Amino acid sequence: MIYEVFRQERKGQPFQHAGSVEAPDHSFADVYAREQYGRRGESQALWVVPREAIIEIDEFVDELNRNYHRVDGYSLKDKLRRARERVGSALVARDS
Amino acid sequence: MSERDQEFLEYVQSGGQVETTDWMPDDYRAKLIKFIEMHGNSELMGVLPEREWILRAPTLQRKLALTAKVQDEVGHSQLIYRVVEDLGKPREQCLEDLISGKAKFHNVFHYPTKTWGDVGVIAWLVDAAAIISQKALLKCSYAPYARIMKKICWEESFHILHGRDVVLTLMNGTDAQRELVQEAVTRWWGPLMQFHGNPISKDEDPMYVWRIKSQGNEEARQQFLDGYVPQIWELGLSVPDPKLRKNDDGVWEYTEPDWDELRSVVTGHGPKSQDRLDLRRRARENSAWVRKIVLAEAA
Amino acid sequence: MNESEARSLLEIADDELILGWRDSEWTGIAPLLEEDVAFSSIAQNEIGHARALYELLARERGITADELAFDRSPEEYRCSRLVELRLLDWEKTVARQYLYEEADAKRLAELMQSSDPEISGLAAKIDREETYHRMHAQMWFDRLKDEPRFTAAIEELRPLLDAGREEHTSELGELWDEMTMVRRSQPAGTAW
Repeated sequence: MIYEVFRQERKGQPFQHAGSVEAPDHSFADVYAREQYGRRGESQALWVVPREAIIEIDEFVDELNRNYHRVDGYSLKDKLRRARERVGSALVARDS
Repeated sequence: MSERDQEFLEYVQSGGQVETTDWMPDDYRAKLIKFIEMHGNSELMGVLPEREWILRAPTLQRKLALTAKVQDEVGHSQLIYRVVEDLGKPREQCLEDLISGKAKFHNVFHYPTKTWGDVGVIAWLVDAAAIISQKALLKCSYAPYARIMKKICWEESFHILHGRDVVLTLMNGTDAQRELVQEAVTRWWGPLMQFHGNPISKDEDPMYVWRIKSQGNEEARQQFLDGYVPQIWELGLSVPDPKLRKNDDGVWEYTEPDWDELRSVVTGHGPKSQDRLDLRRRARENSAWVRKIVLAEAA
Repeated sequence: MNESEARSLLEIADDELILGWRDSEWTGIAPLLEEDVAFSSIAQNEIGHARALYELLARERGITADELAFDRSPEEYRCSRLVELRLLDWEKTVARQYLYEEADAKRLAELMQSSDPEISGLAAKIDREETYHRMHAQMWFDRLKDEPRFTAAIEELRPLLDAGREEHTSELGELWDEMTMVRRSQPAGTAW
């Protein structure tokens, strides 16, 4: 069985995919992952997961441009410029 | 080349990265497997010349360092064969092909290690030559391979220091110890010069065209000479090539390496090729029952 | 440290040095690549334990750990015959590891009770590393316990646990020759 190994470099950091080991069961996978990804104390922690438990998703559909909930859906430069200009001309009008 | 293949070629040549489940041209996949498999074979076979010296290591520290170095090499072969397996060629098939001679491994691992001087010189110079190629592979278009190269390069960094340490200790020691190093350098120079392969032009090298390699053979050799000949000379050691010198334009000149020797060695006719393959074959046969038990339930 | 403790420490050190070598003989040819890497760590731990123990003992004698480890004649080693044997059959290697760890745990437990804090401290450190070795041995024991060749190996090797340490196998002599050949090629005290 192939087990995927995720490692955390230091506390607080995210777990990242590091590689995989072949092992007959969880206890062998524990030993082998520990060796390949931690024998130098280079990992704070490991997550070891049978490959078949992983669901891979790599296709995302956004046909109708759902930018309303993303930063790139908001272009405020022009509006801000107009709003500032309006205040500017209002001040000029007030002070003259 | 089909249109799809052409698009893929342009994609990798402009720095595009490929993952395991991406579509790839058959030729790309085949070249990739062959290249990476040879690397895996080399790491595994590289263990054999060095492991004999674990027992003979003259201090406890050297014993530990050498054991750890060799362990790293086995570990690298594990990482590399996993990549090959995910590309479609099972590890067991790779090991079969290695033993039968169908698949190759790098020239340097076909030669004997004769003295403790060899142990230092291998870790210092042979590993250095290998690391130059490996650093170039960090930019491999096939991402899973590029990623393991990062781990491999990081682990190799101590190998070179260990080699340097062994060599420097010997050079600062007795005349006999210095002679061990010189004799080893003299003997290993030929294979070292052949290591990076003949100077085929980058654009004619399919490995470069597909951006599996990001460096031509001659470029790698020049890098090696530039980095390591000064290190050799500053210790008072000599290199058995009267023509070796650096030009005014920064290019190293040298006697043409023996490409016939390289070809012969890499096809299994090196001084230790058969012995080492036999050792692997016997060990493999002897432990087949273990794999049966342990991998029996493997999916 | 008293006589009996010194003797015990030397026994363990010699056992770990020689077993460390026997275990590292599998490097590159273990049944599985992953196991190759794991077993090499065990070998390194063993050599590391030997080193720490030699350092402790060598200080008492005014010499270095390397001198103590390598500059004695074969008859002066206090390792057991169990560790001297070359056992390049996986079932025998696992059987040896299993038996050795069991016996080693007992003697470490005694040393952890020592009134000398350096000894009890080192014994505790070694014991903590050995937990991993025991786990590994148990893992393989569970896998192989129904294999006739494995149970045969256990039975064949078990008596060697109680064998004396004054007499050695011929294998130790050969091993010693090779182990010390580089050191002996230069005068004593040469740096390597």
